Amino acid sequence: MADNFGSRRIVVGAHYGLRDWLSQRVTAALMALFTLVVVVQVLLPGEMGYDKWAGIFSRQWMKVLTFVVIVSLLWHAWVGMRDVWMDYVKPVVVRLVLQVFTIVWLVGCAGWAIQVLWRL
Amino acid sequence: MADTLRQRPVYRNIHITQIASYRLPLAGIVSILHRVSGVLLFLLMPFIIWLFDTSVTSEISYGQFTSVFKAGAAFLPGWFFKLVALALVWAYLHHFIAGVRHLWMDATHAVTLEFGRMSALVTLALSVLLTLVLGYSLFF
Repeated sequence: MADNFGSRRIVVGAHYGLRDWLSQRVTAALMALFTLVVVVQVLLPGEMGYDKWAGIFSRQWMKVLTFVVIVSLLWHAWVGMRDVWMDYVKPVVVRLVLQVFTIVWLVGCAGWAIQVLWRL
Repeated sequence: MADTLRQRPVYRNIHITQIASYRLPLAGIVSILHRVSGVLLFLLMPFIIWLFDTSVTSEISYGQFTSVFKAGAAFLPGWFFKLVALALVWAYLHHFIAGVRHLWMDATHAVTLEFGRMSALVTLALSVLLTLVLGYSLFF
């Protein structure tokens, strides 16, 4: 039996980035699509005001798309901010505190956004 | 395997005091601004959701949303919120265009120096130009 688990696990630092790389691009593509969908609907004829703006987000398919984008943003921003902390903050304690802050910040924001979306 | 466990060397040649005198290529400027705009969007996320909340929840809250930019809120004047919104617009545009540039280069394996330089120039110019256009309609 292999003797390389737990505290004896060998950390080689390879192949850890592919999933983050891919998720960063998939979530980015979803957010870009969402942006175009919103811009097109804003540019459709009709005077801009509360009715038109809120109407865009009240349709069920748009709610589902917006929900997917909120989750994508949460994930995307986590990968990005984690990379920033890993690059510039070397002391482990400070980095951990900032990473925990990032998670709390992002989950809080995502919860708020979903709450707004679902009461429309 | 043994040497993979050894302490890895860390090379940090650029000291923070040297950043100003360091000459970055255009693609490098796009890259660091991609980071700066991402962090800015992350920090301003509660403000973005507040804008979303007040603008869609009800006609009364929509009135609050527009009055923040006209009359301000708390002790802050309206133009301050417009400036913050302008910063958000730039950050979003830059992050968006630089991100599309990334996706394009990944998808087409566009790895020439010339393409990197030209697309960086387009990213910088387009994001600033669109920010100016949207900023004009925001302030005037």
